[in-house]
Amino acid sequence: MSKYKFKIKNLDCANCANALERALQKIDIIENISISFMTQKLTFECLEENKEQALEKIRKIIKKEEPDVTIEEV
Amino acid sequence: MNSKMNKQLIRIILSLFLVIISFLIKFDNQIYNNVLFIISYLIVGYDIVLKAIRNIIKGKVFDENFLMTIATIGAFCIKEFPEACAVMLFYQVGELFQDYAVDKSRKSVSALMDIRPDYANVYRDDEIERVDPDEVNIGEIILVKPGEKIPLDGIVVEGKSMLNTQALTGESVPRSINVNDEVLSGCINNDSILKIRVTREFGESTVSKILDLVENASSRKSKSENFISKFARYYTPIVVILAFLLAVIPPLIIKETSFSEWLYRALSFLVVSCPCALVISIPLSFFGGIGAASKIGVLIKGSNYLEALSDTEIVVCDKTGTLTEGIFKVQEIDAIGYSDNELLKYASYAENFSNHPISISLKQAYGKDINEKLVTKIEEISGKGIKAKVDGKNVLAGNEKLMREYNIKFTKSEKVGTIIYVAIDNKFSGTILISDKIKEDAYKTVKLLKDNNVKKIIMLTGDRKNISEDVAKELNLDECYSELLPTDKVTLTEKLMTQKSPKGKLVFIGDGINDAPVLALADIGVAMGALGSDAAVEAADIVIMTDEPSKVANSIKISKKTMRIVKQNIIFAITVKVGVLILSAFGIATMWAAVFADVGVSVLAIINALRILKIK
Repeated sequence: MSKYKFKIKNLDCANCANALERALQKIDIIENISISFMTQKLTFECLEENKEQALEKIRKIIKKEEPDVTIEEV
Repeated sequence: MNSKMNKQLIRIILSLFLVIISFLIKFDNQIYNNVLFIISYLIVGYDIVLKAIRNIIKGKVFDENFLMTIATIGAFCIKEFPEACAVMLFYQVGELFQDYAVDKSRKSVSALMDIRPDYANVYRDDEIERVDPDEVNIGEIILVKPGEKIPLDGIVVEGKSMLNTQALTGESVPRSINVNDEVLSGCINNDSILKIRVTREFGESTVSKILDLVENASSRKSKSENFISKFARYYTPIVVILAFLLAVIPPLIIKETSFSEWLYRALSFLVVSCPCALVISIPLSFFGGIGAASKIGVLIKGSNYLEALSDTEIVVCDKTGTLTEGIFKVQEIDAIGYSDNELLKYASYAENFSNHPISISLKQAYGKDINEKLVTKIEEISGKGIKAKVDGKNVLAGNEKLMREYNIKFTKSEKVGTIIYVAIDNKFSGTILISDKIKEDAYKTVKLLKDNNVKKIIMLTGDRKNISEDVAKELNLDECYSELLPTDKVTLTEKLMTQKSPKGKLVFIGDGINDAPVLALADIGVAMGALGSDAAVEAADIVIMTDEPSKVANSIKISKKTMRIVKQNIIFAITVKVGVLILSAFGIATMWAAVFADVGVSVLAIINALRILKIK
């Protein structure tokens, strides 16, 4: 398991952050996904070989839930 | 304020201006007034309406844009123009204020943690190059000018200066630094140029580790945060369903009532149904609390630990290095027939060739250079001490057994610590007491912990019983367990964990060298002065950057204050919202009250949360 950290942009309400976090928690190949509204960070853990696949799933859910939100690796 | 907020503000002012005009000037035809309201509504709320439409297409209801749009358009439909406009206007005021507050607290917390160095001046091919700290390798020499931040951990090879460590430790007194001293990244060089040999890469340097800790802290959520996000999850749908029922059922059952009257009440429900105020004020409080702690040099690894800290019942401390300084020092000299200084001189000379911690502290206390030619016939008597000829005199320095072996009559010392008996020319000449000193800060710690309702303070140590009990008595601790092996500490902590109340928490404070298992076992593990020790920083939940245990008590104080504010906000917001819901269901509260319950509550809760940043 490796830990990945992303900057999350255009996420403008705390409740939306919680809702998005809940939606993302359903992705099976990642663990401990967390969105911090205060620091505007998205962190999650997954196996290194699954990273691209995981990101694809994350992006897909974000697009559905909060279309304005973008993420960027730090 | 950033440009996005500025735009928002301009829209609000413009819209407010139009609303005021249409209140002040009564046109002959009411339609003109209404058109003004609609224009001001669109100026301030067009983006919300657009987002709402987009969400409906996606099948996402219960989102706040949708709720606000329904509430306001509904109000227009029943010809409540001023209300419709005001709801949207104040909603946007609330949003703007919320953005501003969040932005402000983010900035003030990151200003507290403004320790990230932007560049390093590195010597390469006899020239100084300015590079990203990331590109500097171990072993390279970097140059730090006065006023600059030290970019990487290293050892000073040239120069001496004063370092400002405040950003790391909260300590305002500068630290003096000489050649061969270790320096940590993130400190600011105050006085003069330093040349430093890099010992850790940037990613492994103190500054990176600290920033990492602080940035990750808010991803470990507290119970209160989880509670509130769960609450929000059910609250909104329930209120929306109630609103729907309120609009539909009473007009069907009650005779002689208008549909628009009940719709008005239902719309008020929708205005109150947004949970955002509550949801933002809680993480904001924790974020502020973690920020306030880092200001005093305490790194808390998660909101959950900050929350748990407020329920601290038992504090378990390691002794050496935590409550005591961990350095053996000559504390007292009792000379017989010689001056104190002479006795110390003979003892130091005799012990000169030993590397034992005892002889090192003797030499430190003596402080002068030792003329090695004066010391002859050195004989180390294992487990007892040393026999040597110093300046023509036969000196014996060691424990009681040494005195007995040479049949020297001596008076046994009752003092606590390590006692060196000295005999000169076969005559007992006095004792030197060497012991570890209790930190000044330890006294303060005990008092502050008790002030913060900690029930028991317990000391665990591997040290000898009499020494440990003396320290425990001196500090007025509740319990003391001594002569423990590292595994004993673990089993004992397990036992102590069962002694607290179900809600209470056990905090372990250690200096981290052998304490990793206990740090992990305790509810909250605190590693002290652990900037260098990776294992401890890894295992601990809270890291104190200085060697002051009292910072734990200060953190408990911050935690309690944070929790008080969190509870105030939860109770205040829920009470007002539920109250307004009930009142508007009976037609007592107007939509204006509903706007207050939404925006007013969020503004007040945020202001309340921002108080945490002011904790001294």
